[in-house]
Amino acid sequence: MISGGIIVGQYYPVSSFVHSMDPRAKILISMIFMIVLFLGNNFYSFAVTGIFAVLAVTLSKIPWRVLIRGLRPIVFIMSFTILLHLFLTPGEAIFQIGPLNATWPGLIQGLFIGLRLIILIIFTSLLTLTTSPIELTDGLEDILKPFSVIGVPAHEIAMMMTIALRFIPTLLEEADRIMKAQMARGADFESGNMVQRAKSLVPLLVPLFVSAFRRADELAMAMEARCYRGGEGRTRMRQLSFSAKDYYALGFTIVMSALVVYTRIRFGPVIPKGPV
Amino acid sequence: MTPVDKPCGLEAKGVFFRYGVDESDKVLALAGVDLEISQGEFVVVLGPNGSGKSTLAKHLNALLLPDEGDVWVLGMNTKEPEFTWEIRRSAGMVFQNPDNQLVATVVEEDVAFGPENLGVEPPEIRKLVAGALEAVGMGAFRRHSPHHLSGGQKQRVAIAGILAMKPKCIILDEPTAMLDPSGREEVMKTVKQLNEEMGITVIHITHFMDEALYADRVIVMDKGEIAIVGTPREVFSQWQDMAQLGLEVPPVGQLSRRLWSAGIDIDPGILTVDELVDELCRLKSRI
Repeated sequence: MISGGIIVGQYYPVSSFVHSMDPRAKILISMIFMIVLFLGNNFYSFAVTGIFAVLAVTLSKIPWRVLIRGLRPIVFIMSFTILLHLFLTPGEAIFQIGPLNATWPGLIQGLFIGLRLIILIIFTSLLTLTTSPIELTDGLEDILKPFSVIGVPAHEIAMMMTIALRFIPTLLEEADRIMKAQMARGADFESGNMVQRAKSLVPLLVPLFVSAFRRADELAMAMEARCYRGGEGRTRMRQLSFSAKDYYALGFTIVMSALVVYTRIRFGPVIPKGPV
Repeated sequence: MTPVDKPCGLEAKGVFFRYGVDESDKVLALAGVDLEISQGEFVVVLGPNGSGKSTLAKHLNALLLPDEGDVWVLGMNTKEPEFTWEIRRSAGMVFQNPDNQLVATVVEEDVAFGPENLGVEPPEIRKLVAGALEAVGMGAFRRHSPHHLSGGQKQRVAIAGILAMKPKCIILDEPTAMLDPSGREEVMKTVKQLNEEMGITVIHITHFMDEALYADRVIVMDKGEIAIVGTPREVFSQWQDMAQLGLEVPPVGQLSRRLWSAGIDIDPGILTVDELVDELCRLKSRI
C-alpha cells in the first residue's frame, strides 16, 4: 500500500507454526538470529544460519516469491557493496579494469556480505509477515517491561505504536482528500523539477498537520474520558503465553547459535585479512 | 464527603465556566447553570453554536471543572480528585468525530480499552466486551478494523467502549453531527434502546431538532444559560422563542401548527409522523 516493494511491516495472514508462536518468542529469536548472523564468518556458519532461515520460512508457510519480492529494494545496495568489496580488498587478482583490481578475497568477502544481507532481510521480514501489528506491539511491550526500571517507557512506546497503526489509514485517506481538494483548485503536484514538486507539497502538508494535531487533541480527550491514566494499574484483555512450541523454537535457536559460535572458533575466518 | 450525599443522577448548581488563559480575553461559556437529571432519564440538550452545550457536557464527567458552582455525578463532586476516575467510569462520554475517539486497530480491542484502563481482570474484560458489543448490535464486527466501518457503526463501537465500563450514564456530545441520515437513526435507536432496556441515563447533545423527540426532557441552552426546559411538546410549543434562538421546530410540528392555524381541528403540538397520522385518521373518521 505505502510502497510497492517493501514488505517489512506487512502481515501475511495464513495459519502456520510460526504464526501461532508467541510474539515475544519471535522477537527474541529474531534478535538472537541477527547477532549470530554477524558472528558467522565462514562457509560453515553461513550454512547453519542459512538452513535455519530456510527452515523458518518453510514452517511459516510464507511463499518464497513474497520474500524474494521483498528483496528487490535492496538489490542496488547489495550489488554496490559486493562490487566495493570485490575491487577494494587487496589480494590475488582475478582480472583488472583500469586501475581497479578484482581480487579473490574481495569476491569471497563480497559474497559473504551479500549473503548475510539476504538472510537478514528474509528473516526479519518473516517476523512482521507472521505477526499481526497488535501482537507485535503486545510482545514488544512485554519484552521492554523489565527495562522500565532503567527508564524505558515500555507502555508508552507500545501505546504510540498502537495509535500510529490506528491512524495511518485515516491520515492517508485524509491526505488523499486534501490533495484532491487542492487539485480541484488548480494545485499541481505532478509537474516541475524536484524543488518545485517539493514546494507544491506545502499546501498538502500544512492542512494535514493542522488536522493531525486537532485529531491528537480530541483523541487525548477521548482517552482521558475513558479513564486512561498511563500504564500504571492497567490490565490487558489479550494475555500472551509461552507454549511448548515457543520453548522448542527458542531451544533450537540456542543450539543453532552454539553451532555458529563453534564453527567460528573451529574454522576461523576464511580470509585472514579484514576488509579495507 | 462520601458519595452517598446525593443518591443518584446528575446535578449542577450555579456553574460558571470561562475559556481562555488571560483574565482579559476570557470567554464566558457557562453563566450559572442549574440542572438536575435523575437516574434513567433521557435528556436532549439543544442550542445554537457557542451556546455552551458541549462545555456543559464536559463538566458532567470531570473533563472540565467549574470555575464557580459545583457538579455532582451520582453524588460525587467533580472537584474532588479522588472521584475523577469513578465519575468518568460511571458517566461515559461519546464524542462527535467517530475517527478521533477509537484507539485500537481492532473493534474488540477498542471496546476493551476502558476496562483495561480500570484494571479489570482479563477474563472479565472478555465478558464485558462481548456484552457491550452485543448491546449495540456490533457483535459480528468484533474482529474488524474500525477503519472499514461506516460512521454509524463507528459511533456504535464508541458507545460499546463506554458500555464496557458499566456506566450509569452516557453523555453524547453531538455524536450524530458527522453522520448521514441512516447513521444518525442507527445511533439514536441504539441509544434509546440502552436507555429503555438498561435504564442508563442519557444526555444527548445535538443540533438536530428531530432528535429531541426521543427525549423525556429537552433543555435548550443559549449564551451559557438554560433558556427553555420541558418535554419535547412543551419546548416546541414555544416556537417563537425557539425561532429567536435560530432553532426550528421539526417539519411535522410546523405542518401541524400550520394546519391548526388554517382552521383545521388538529392538535398544534403534534411532533411525530405517527401522531399526525393518527390525528388525521381521527379527523377523517369524523367526516
